[in-house]
Amino acid sequence: MEHPARPVNVTVNGTSHATEVEPRLLLVHFLRENLGLTGTHVGCDTSQCGACTVHLNGAAVKSCTVLAVQADGAEITTIEGLADGATLHPVQAAFQEEHGLQCGFCTPGMVMTAAYLLETRPDADDEAIKHALEGNLCRCTGYVNIVKAIRTAAQQPR
Amino acid sequence: MSTEQSNPNRLIGASIRRVEDPPLLTGQGCYVDDVKLPGILHVAIHRSTHPHARIVSIDTAEAAAMPGVVCVLTGDDTGDLALRAPMLTPEMNMPEHPVLARGTVHAVGAPIAAVVAESRALAEDAAAAIGVTYDSLPVVTDAEAALEDGATLAHEELGTNHCYTMKRENGDVDKAFAEADHVCRLHMKSPRLVAMSMEARGVLAYPDPIRKELTVWMSTQGPHRSRADLANSLGFPENRIHVIAPDVGGGFGSKGCVYREDVLVCHVAQKLGRPVKWMATRSEDFLTTCQGRDQAMTSELALSKDGKMLGLKVRVVANLGAYLHSATAGPPQRMLVMAPGCYQIQDVRVEIVSAFTNTVPTGPYRGAGRPEAVLNIERLADKAARDLGMDPLELRRKNYIQPEQFPYRTGVGVEYDSGDYEKSLDEALRLSDYDQLIRMRDEARERGELVGVGVSTFVEPSGGAGFESGAVRVDRTGAITVLTGSSSHGQGHETVWAQVAADLLKVPMEDVVVRHGDTIAIQQGTGTFGSRSAVMGGGALATAAERLVTKAKAVAANLMEASADDVVQVEGGFAVTGVPERTVTWRQVAGAAHAKGTPAGMDPGLHETAFFDPNREAWGFGAHVALVRIDADTGELTIEKLVLVDDIGVVLNPMVVEAQVHGGLAQGLGEALCEEMVFDEDGQPRTGTLMDYAVPRASTMPPLIIGETETPNPFNPLGVKGVGEAGTNGAPPAVANAVMDALSPLGIDHIDMPYTAPKLWRAIREARKG
Repeated sequence: MEHPARPVNVTVNGTSHATEVEPRLLLVHFLRENLGLTGTHVGCDTSQCGACTVHLNGAAVKSCTVLAVQADGAEITTIEGLADGATLHPVQAAFQEEHGLQCGFCTPGMVMTAAYLLETRPDADDEAIKHALEGNLCRCTGYVNIVKAIRTAAQQPR
Repeated sequence: MSTEQSNPNRLIGASIRRVEDPPLLTGQGCYVDDVKLPGILHVAIHRSTHPHARIVSIDTAEAAAMPGVVCVLTGDDTGDLALRAPMLTPEMNMPEHPVLARGTVHAVGAPIAAVVAESRALAEDAAAAIGVTYDSLPVVTDAEAALEDGATLAHEELGTNHCYTMKRENGDVDKAFAEADHVCRLHMKSPRLVAMSMEARGVLAYPDPIRKELTVWMSTQGPHRSRADLANSLGFPENRIHVIAPDVGGGFGSKGCVYREDVLVCHVAQKLGRPVKWMATRSEDFLTTCQGRDQAMTSELALSKDGKMLGLKVRVVANLGAYLHSATAGPPQRMLVMAPGCYQIQDVRVEIVSAFTNTVPTGPYRGAGRPEAVLNIERLADKAARDLGMDPLELRRKNYIQPEQFPYRTGVGVEYDSGDYEKSLDEALRLSDYDQLIRMRDEARERGELVGVGVSTFVEPSGGAGFESGAVRVDRTGAITVLTGSSSHGQGHETVWAQVAADLLKVPMEDVVVRHGDTIAIQQGTGTFGSRSAVMGGGALATAAERLVTKAKAVAANLMEASADDVVQVEGGFAVTGVPERTVTWRQVAGAAHAKGTPAGMDPGLHETAFFDPNREAWGFGAHVALVRIDADTGELTIEKLVLVDDIGVVLNPMVVEAQVHGGLAQGLGEALCEEMVFDEDGQPRTGTLMDYAVPRASTMPPLIIGETETPNPFNPLGVKGVGEAGTNGAPPAVANAVMDALSPLGIDHIDMPYTAPKLWRAIREARKG
């Protein structure tokens, strides 16, 4: 199934990349395989689990549901680009403080979803947090401490 | 449960934040699929679309000619390469379990051909181009149907669907039933569940043909056991296989055994002399990873008219699926040791019958037979109370094993270590404001609303299943390393073992590094499953630490020219009793131990290892209370309150323990509310993706109150019992009892989980039709 490669220019975590990809390549595979950013995970094949969530032009998207070519010209932030150097993003710090992760596999997607939520709704209450997590599955935590962590992060001065 | 430090002087019992979190939070975790090796090849598998069929032909020509394809293998190429399960009884029937199908397939998803290619996409393209023609065979999916006379055979070659039968009997069961005033009967089924670890299974094999070595990265719960299983299947020496469990994205029991793809990938890598990787898609995970539960229980409880439990008969029919993995036959056997629960019933008969069907194999999944056993006895207790017109709590209290009876030998010949079941029940009633719940229910019932309160009081065994290893090593500079066979996949071992070691050695926790998940680095191990880590891994670590401290005291005594009997531990090192200024640090002791500083007759070095096996399980217990409401018009179930009181002995890290309760509970509520793997009568999976199989989401979780009591385990060096399965064991029966209580005004006796809205709506409608 060879198809002519298409050019893709993206900025990921502040670094610009100009490359060519197979048109069918998913953004998640582009990030993981082509750029080596393996923090973004694949947990399903039907766009349910949200482990692959990244920020595309500032919005949280499931990178398994975007073609790499669709991201042409976009600014992308992955879990690797969220912290400010050694300083964790408030959501990351809150996940550790509130024990919001166990095996860690869903965590990058959870953190990216939560970070986007707090950008857009800094006053999110528990209902809003749970609603925002509808597209992110976790099998370890029962979500209790994830919700608590996001609430804690929401209360941090930013 | 407090998440604050209960004793400021001790690390054990403190809610220390996890040291494993920063890499996982910043995308620096390393799961199998994140391991990159030069020259890596990828495997994709063509799987059966038929639940039972003879393979007439396999056409691989087109696939083999596709770009990037290195080779295509079928069962003819892999020959006798197969998985082997242990024989549990001499009469046990065991079907063939080849890594690629040979002649016949027995379940949808059975692997027929494997494509090895330069990229995963190319491998998948080629796997899709393989053509298989089938000759369909009849199908059986239900275990009880599979055991009927003349049933369709899941494996024609085997000539039977029966795998094994086990029985246990104590006392005079027939006499107990003959003398009973009432016999309470129930038939129930546990739904088949999918473990659904967020990271699907995966394996990467790196061969070294010159040195005759094989390195394998696996998403596994037990690298040492996996190494032995790979060695057995491959016929390759165990000491030349290096298994690494990197970060593992959950397992919940399903990653305890070796699978066909693991053996296949190692074989292909060795054959081609190149690294080879296979990662399951979520769909493949649904079709091939061991699923949980799927047991039918037929039970009778003999009672006196005043509610004394006199005798118990349980017959379990377990659906093993189409093939036997090493642990597939295990979970049903839990009923043999758990049937009487927390009650004094000495006349007990338990029979386990297991059957093959044309479905995905089953195996351990969080609880692994415990949830079925708890559900069985706790539903029986509630139904018995209803039959006799008694309060279900009064009936339970009347039959509890009493605190002074421990250690208590049960009616199935198992010795419980410790317990105080009334204490946890009382705490749960207090936290739930139980009397108020009952009043609310009664008032709601007056208004015609379907509201119910349910309780489950339970015991749960943890530990067991072999030994665990632990070692503590102090190197020349005093740096301390813990080596544990108890490999973590999210439970927080790196934090908790550092806590335990630092506490016992009286050093700062930061001075301790924990290593796990690597068969070269770690002496031996069994792994993490069945709520065993705290009990077994903790027991091994505590034993090794105690031995290390004893040796270090002798070295310290030598250094300080004192008697070892006069040396005591102080923060950071050792001192002589009564002479506080005479101290040595761990660093000094370690330096001496590696430089001829050990006393005469003692080996140099400072490294102690323990292989720990208490030869008994730890019996935790608890009481869970649920308040539920059912919308009579839609059948929708809402859990309005859930109280969980668990007694797991000494708590090592309250934050981690509470989170284990949360996670277990979510999976328990999945079973109670929404999860069920469904096969249609033709054997086709109907819930093979996350679009159809409903796992709990954040909004599923009800309001929770979590409490604890603490009854230390007298047979464990740390006093601990396991907690990982408390939520899956205790909560579903509480919800089930609450649902049946809510539906009792309609005369509904029993409904099996999960309590989906359509199921409850139909039951309500049928009941109202009369």
